[in-house]
Amino acid sequence: MDKKVPVHRREFMKRAAAAGAGAMAAPPFLQGQTASGQAAAPTPPAEPQAEAAETLTGGRSGSDFMVDVIKALGVPYVCANPGSSFRGLQESIVNYGGNAQPEFLTCLHEESAVAMAHGYAKIEGKPLIVLAHGTVGLQHASMAIYNAWCDRVPVYIILGNTLDAVMRYPGVEWVHSVQDAAAMVRDYVKWDDTPISLQHFAESAVRAYKVSMTPWAGPVVLVADAELQERPIPAAHSPLRIPKLTLASPPQADSGAVAELARLLVNADGPVLIADRAARSQAGMERLVELAELVQAGVVSTLPNTMPPIGPGRMNFPSRHPLNQTLRSAAAIAEGDVVVGLEIANFFGAVNSYRDQIERSSRPATRTGAKLVTITAGELSSKANYQDFQRYSEVDLALAGDAEATLPSLIEAVRRLMTPDRQRAIADRGARLAEASRAARERARTDATHAWDAVPISTARLAAEVWAQVRSEDWSLVNGALSGWAQRLWNFEKYYQYIGVSGGSGIGYGAPAAVGAALANRKYGRLSISLQNDGDLLYAPGVLWTAARYNIPILFVMNNNRAYHEEVMHLQRMAGRRERGIDRAHIGNAIDNPSIDFAKLAQSMGVHAEGPIANPNDLAPAIRRAVATVKGGQPALVDVIVQPR
Amino acid sequence: MLVRIAVAVLAAGVVAVAGQGPAPDGDVEKGKTVYVKNGCAGCHGLEGQGAPTSGPRITPPLPLEAFVKYIRAPRNQMPPYTAKVMSDEELKDVRAFLAARPKPAPSAVVP
Repeated sequence: MDKKVPVHRREFMKRAAAAGAGAMAAPPFLQGQTASGQAAAPTPPAEPQAEAAETLTGGRSGSDFMVDVIKALGVPYVCANPGSSFRGLQESIVNYGGNAQPEFLTCLHEESAVAMAHGYAKIEGKPLIVLAHGTVGLQHASMAIYNAWCDRVPVYIILGNTLDAVMRYPGVEWVHSVQDAAAMVRDYVKWDDTPISLQHFAESAVRAYKVSMTPWAGPVVLVADAELQERPIPAAHSPLRIPKLTLASPPQADSGAVAELARLLVNADGPVLIADRAARSQAGMERLVELAELVQAGVVSTLPNTMPPIGPGRMNFPSRHPLNQTLRSAAAIAEGDVVVGLEIANFFGAVNSYRDQIERSSRPATRTGAKLVTITAGELSSKANYQDFQRYSEVDLALAGDAEATLPSLIEAVRRLMTPDRQRAIADRGARLAEASRAARERARTDATHAWDAVPISTARLAAEVWAQVRSEDWSLVNGALSGWAQRLWNFEKYYQYIGVSGGSGIGYGAPAAVGAALANRKYGRLSISLQNDGDLLYAPGVLWTAARYNIPILFVMNNNRAYHEEVMHLQRMAGRRERGIDRAHIGNAIDNPSIDFAKLAQSMGVHAEGPIANPNDLAPAIRRAVATVKGGQPALVDVIVQPR
Repeated sequence: MLVRIAVAVLAAGVVAVAGQGPAPDGDVEKGKTVYVKNGCAGCHGLEGQGAPTSGPRITPPLPLEAFVKYIRAPRNQMPPYTAKVMSDEELKDVRAFLAARPKPAPSAVVP
């Protein structure tokens, strides 16, 4: 990022001094006119006056007050690549604020800064602040903002910009300025504002925090004008105050609709609950367990963008709970007569099968006559341009409300309707689901034993070897899943044990989001693990340095298949259809010749690293050593050469 | 630069019950080359072991006739492989390679 030279702001200082004295000079276009609009008598030119002594230092500045506001919001960290358009604010954070609450964390790319905040919020449930230039910084950050938007995660972005053209230093400051800084990302942020006074900044800053946290959560943008940051606060300035922050309670669905859903669930032959972003907390998970056990419903946890059969998503439900049917999701959904989607972005994809052949086709994946129901706060929040809202779903009942917030009233409504007769009727169903779930897990274990000793290492073997080393720790899988093997072989019980994927499927999210999540996990003493794709890390590998610089403990285990392998498969599909060159699918997609040495890359940034490891028998000791490093408070990386899938 | 959604390639019909089918008929080494070169390994792994998000385990393989039939006209997400890109002889070799894969490890190895 370009850095600008210091700028004299003499004109501005003069103006500030004048404002501080309560004076208001008439602008040139009004001079010579009276209040009545009649021409006044011409006046002789004034005698030149001696120039007043230039004011070169000032006391408390606007950005000091901005730090007061940020402190009032309780934001612990600011993630940023430094930039001159917010130099005032950065200096205030470092000196006025004492670089604590918030602490300034140096990031080596704005995309990494936003993704770190994204990952942090998925563990902690609160936003971090990201600082960026309103132009080049935001352009770098934009994909990560889109990910956070699609993932419904709060991220708080403050942009530096110089709106007043006459205040801009010629040159770089002009190309780093923009009329409407937030315009570029307005389609995928919840709210933005460009305050023109410090009091305006305070109110909008508090409002932005509140908006970002209200379900659906999402990113917000506040523009901190450079003049507003750097201008000293005049002694005569009217008192500034920071408004009280009161978060909005999440919206619950209408009580009549809740009662109707309860009736459907109690009387169902085979209710199925599909959860995507339903649980935000351990309490949310426990409520979903309570509901499922009350009606003996099968539960499927899904990723937001996956095609059928849907796969394991972020934590909503314990992976080895007898009612968890995620490993047999297609069969479970096909059996359901009442299928309920809880904060599921892609409900159409969950209840329909879809073929990606020349003639794309879909058909219902549910049984005939199944009642389809959705509960989502997404009903209350719509935008048009970006298509993350997925295909329209024809449902029988659509509850507009936050799923986690609605669960308590739904549980109560179910309890009121449940009778001893119904309880007896559903008991057998629970036993059948438990057996199906057990069998699915056993099949997964059997599948994992195939190619156990293969070189390169199978993804199943790698998942098993990592699990063997972390299972006795308080662990948190903050990125990656090794083609779904982690969810098949590991025992997930806590809400923080898997935080899902990027949201917008934009590569470059994984590593920085993992570091941000590990930052949040640090104070709880959790062992954070990233099953790290090679292509993802290569977008902005400097986040390894950030992890080392700030002693963020995290275990990176490379899922290094030396390719953008998803794209390899897409190219194979195209070539197969066209009956040509199916052996050339690696072109444009392989990351080899030369192969990248991730251990050396990590070591160069101060991270303990080993590898590349291609022999499965070398895995356990290397991972054990890396875990010891992480438990000592440092990041570590083990580079593992794995099979494509 | 954005990755598309995960492709769930289902070719469950290619999987046979262990021990089913005739003895391998084809060249194992040639089959390995074709299997890797033509991208079968991309979804099903280098040993045909499968992966949850891309393609199922295909060892041991179906009987030859059913094996060829499925690959020519897959029912689910798997892309078609016509004789123009993989001959019947090559498919026979691929099947021989899959049939010759080592036995899986005992399930006790999985923690």
